[in-house]
This record gives sequence, structure tokens and C-alpha cells, in this order.
Amino acid sequence: MVSTFQNYTRYLVIILFALFLAACETVPKDTATSSTSSTSSTSSTSTAAVEILDGVYVGSDTVEMLAVDVPDRIFFAYDSYSITKAAQNTLEKQAKWLKANGSVTIAIEGHADERGTREYNLALGDRRANAAKDYLMTQGISSSRVTTISFGKERPVNSGSNKKAWAQNRRSVTVRTN
Amino acid sequence: MKKLLAYLLPFILFTNISYAIIEIDITEGNREPLPLAISEFFHDNNPEIIDKKITENIRTVISDDLERSGLFSSIDDKAFIQNNRAMHLKPRFADWRLIKAQGLLTGELTIEDDRLRVEFRLWDTFAEKEIEGLVLITTIDNWRRISHMIADKIYERLTGEEGYFDTRIVYVAEEGPKNKRIKKLAIMDQDGANHKFLTSGKELVLTPRFNPVRQEITYLSYFKNLPRVYLLNIQTGIQEVVGDFPGMTFAPRFSPDGGKIIMSLAREGNSDLYVMDLTNRVVERLTDSPAIDTSPSYSPDGKKITFNSDRGGSQQIYVMDSNGRNQKRISKQGGNYATPVWSPRGDLIAFTKFYQGQYFIGVMRTDGSGERLLTENWYQEAPSWSSNGRVLIFYRETKANDAGDGHSSSIWSIDLTGFNERKIITPVDASDPSWSKLIQ
Repeated sequence: MVSTFQNYTRYLVIILFALFLAACETVPKDTATSSTSSTSSTSSTSTAAVEILDGVYVGSDTVEMLAVDVPDRIFFAYDSYSITKAAQNTLEKQAKWLKANGSVTIAIEGHADERGTREYNLALGDRRANAAKDYLMTQGISSSRVTTISFGKERPVNSGSNKKAWAQNRRSVTVRTN
Repeated sequence: MKKLLAYLLPFILFTNISYAIIEIDITEGNREPLPLAISEFFHDNNPEIIDKKITENIRTVISDDLERSGLFSSIDDKAFIQNNRAMHLKPRFADWRLIKAQGLLTGELTIEDDRLRVEFRLWDTFAEKEIEGLVLITTIDNWRRISHMIADKIYERLTGEEGYFDTRIVYVAEEGPKNKRIKKLAIMDQDGANHKFLTSGKELVLTPRFNPVRQEITYLSYFKNLPRVYLLNIQTGIQEVVGDFPGMTFAPRFSPDGGKIIMSLAREGNSDLYVMDLTNRVVERLTDSPAIDTSPSYSPDGKKITFNSDRGGSQQIYVMDSNGRNQKRISKQGGNYATPVWSPRGDLIAFTKFYQGQYFIGVMRTDGSGERLLTENWYQEAPSWSSNGRVLIFYRETKANDAGDGHSSSIWSIDLTGFNERKIITPVDASDPSWSKLIQ
């Protein structure tokens, strides 16, 4: 029983690997022919593997800029509010920009993905927004310039029900309030 | 196998003795619905009754209520052998037994001084006697509520439990794409009739809950981008914010006497439970942990509170005294647990469980023992009890495709036995249902 299961998983690994190779193969082809509709779907599946690291979105699809080279959002792992290295980097850029623009005030919106109950996700969004705010404060930004608001799972940026969409939705977004 | 026996055993025992008076043991689960003959109520060709189709409508509402419970089936009136006014006085029981009706409902309608007088009788066709009868007088346009009240009487007489048909559901009506969802509070009768929107959709609103004793709802509104708990008087339409808190208040629920609201307050990234007395506006803090404490619900005697917390590292269900003392985890079967709600009978707590990628609605005893999962799905949560503690409503979402299409949200009901799962039809998508007590 155990051995058949192992065999099965081994086959599965091989199949998955083959699929992965196939997917990789198609990317250069698509870009070479610069076809229209098929390009987007194939490239999104092949790049999904590298856009999420340890459950945290590391791509740039949804990210907007507060100023040149100042991204507006950071991403979180599932049910987590830890500030990753990449998030620290983004928040440090935000802090620098806020220092250079002393009159700017901001709101940090905390969001969760759809895989959690509504009320818990409201609390989780609040945790994420405050984790980002706390980090900005350690960078010397006064708490009086920063408000927080949780939207729980109510305002996804990606409406899909897949791992990439969820990773893009687990975020806190800094928005100007003046 | 054990479970199967538990369902079958009472059934076997009861079939031998059930001939005397018809009765249903509603703890049985998947049993054959009891066949009832529900006749149209007789009247003296009253033009208003004919115009408004009151007699047909009453029959439909009663019959639909009873059928939706899963415990009864309504026999097609084309099969009726006897169909004359005499049956309201003395039915020919043999005729009704012949079409396999175990119970027969007859009635008469009269209009006196613009008031509708409804008289009904419930007959046991095997015992050959009247087992329930009542006269109800109301305004003519109130025929629908009268029908629910009659259905409740029948349910009560045949199951020994209080009915739940003369009740309403408040919920969140949803429209538009997932990332720009418009949400409104909406209210309807338990069967979907008398549907009405209570808010405009301008503000995001979530998690409405009925006051158990007053025509009042508590809910979360994002009015002016400040998410706070609000009160809404259903009759006057007046809304007011609950308290003056320095952060988001959410997950509100009334105490059993309707005099307090228990809720979460989020401050600097930490959510704890607070209770506010609505008469003197005094606020008391109940939990003080660095974890998320939310989704509180009182026991029906008001002495205990169950809530959701991730203080142990994952979302689990806890119980404490109503003053915040003796906090104790009760969920222990593995997986994450959320949204505990105490049964109006006091013996069970319904919950949402997230386990191995699937969502379940289940019940457990108040010490966490006897966990029973009623339904499994891709996403579902937020159970709310019927007033008699026999049925749960909750909402369920479908998975969207990669383009974000195909997502929908709807309200479902399921019997405590895990049978009789039904979708509740709403004009638009629906979530966060809350079921009222019997209307006073």
C-alpha cells in the first residue's frame, strides 16, 4: 500500500516536471511569435512559480508607485503579518519619501485573501496595516501622519480564486490622504 | 455503522407505536416526510378573498413552509377524494387514509368588518380525531403571516418543538464584480417573501445580526471610511453608531436579553472583546490577549460566551464566563475553527471549520465533545440558528476562475441532522445571514 503510494507520487513528480518543462518551452516560442491572446495565458502559468516565494507574492503586477521607485504595497504569507525582507525594503523607500515630503499624510489599508472567515479577516487586515505602520514608525515616521484601516477580504485586487490571486490580495497598501 | 444505527433505532421503535397519534421525532434525520393533505380553506364566495386569491395563497404558504422543513410532504390536491365543506366539520377519514394522508388540514375564511377570520383544524386520519384547532383574526393583507403561524402550529403539534416559520432573515445583498462589490443590508421573510433593502449600498456593510427581543439590527458599516458597529431600528430606519471607540469595532452580537452588544475592538493591530450596555452605554473589556479575539456569541442564559481566538497559534473556539473569566479552548479535533454560535437550546455550538483546504459547518457540545460536521464545501461560513435550534443557515461561495468570473455567494439552510440542505432564493447574491426569533 505504502509502496504503491510512493510509486504514484514518483510518477506524479515526473509528470509535473514534464509539464513544467513543457511550460518553460512555450514561453520563448510565444514571445518569438509575439502572438496576442495565447501569450498571456501561457506566460502567467509559467511565471506563477517564481512570483510567489514562501507564500509571499514577490512580483510587480499589481504594484503601483507612490513616487518614482516608491512602491505602494507590501505582501504577506497566509495568515501572517510578518514584514518580509522585501517588504522592509519597500517600507524603507516609503519612509524616505515621507521624510522628503513632510506634509504628506497616509492611510495604510490592510487586506486578506478570501480563504478565511470574514470577521477573522477583518482583524487580520488590521494586524497587517499596523505591522506596516509600526515599521514606518521605526524608520522615524510620526504615527500622527499615518492612519490604518482594515478591509478584511472585502476588496481583493485580483478576483481569481487561485494561489497567485490570494498572494496578491494578502497585502497592505499605502495611500495618500492629502 | 454506529451512526447509522443511532439514526435507525428511534425510527424502528417509533414506527410500532406511532398509530395512536401522528408524531414526528425530528432527531431522526433522513426519514420519509410525513404525508399531509392541506386543503384550501372554504369561504362563502367572498369577492375579496377570490380577488386576492387568499385561499390558494394560504394553502401554498403553509404547504411550502412544511415541505421545506423536510419533515412533511404535501399531497397534490388533485388526489383528494373528499373536497366539500363538510370535511371541516367531520372528514371522511377512510377517504384520506386511502390517499395516504396521515394528517389533514381544513379551514374556513370569513371577512367581518374588514377583518379576516381564519379558522383551521388539524386532523389525525388514523386516530380519526381533531388534534389542533384555532381561530386567528387579522387584517386582510396579513394573510401571509397568518399562514406562517398556522404552519408553526402544525409543526409544533406534530414534532413537539416550537415552529420557526413566522420569522425573518436579515442578510447582506451583494452585487457587482468581486473587487468592487456593492453590499446592502436586506431583510425578508424566512421563505423569501416581503424582500426589502435596508441600506443604499453607498457604504460597505457587513455581518448584520437581529436583536432577539426588539425590531433592531446590529451590523458593521464603513460609513466615512471608519468601520464601526452600528444599530439600525427596522421600523423607523434610524441608524446610530454604537459607542465611541478609538479603533475599528466589528463582529457585533446582541446578548440574549437584547440589552447589550458584544463585539471586537481592534487597537494598534490587536483585537479584543468588549461588551457595551445599551441602556447606560457602559463599556467593559472582556479579553486582553495579544492574539485575535473575535466572533463572540452568548449562551442563551447569558452566563457564558463562546468566541474565536488564535492565541494558541491557530484559530480555535473558546468559552468563557460572561465577565471574561475562565477562558478555555473547547475545539480539539484538528484544523482551524471559527464563527462559533451558541444554540438557542443551549446544548450545542455551531461553527465553521477549515480543514485540508475545505470548509465545513458543524456542531459540537459546549465542552467541545461530540463534534459533528454537517456539510463540506469549497467555501462556506457564518452559521445562524433557527429560533428552535433545529436548522442552521449559512452562506456559501463558489470558486472564481482565473479571470475572476464564476464567483457567487448564496444562503443555504441545513437541518441539524445534516439532512435537508437547501438554497434560499434571494434576488441577488447573498451572505452573512442572521435568523430572527419568532416575530412577536
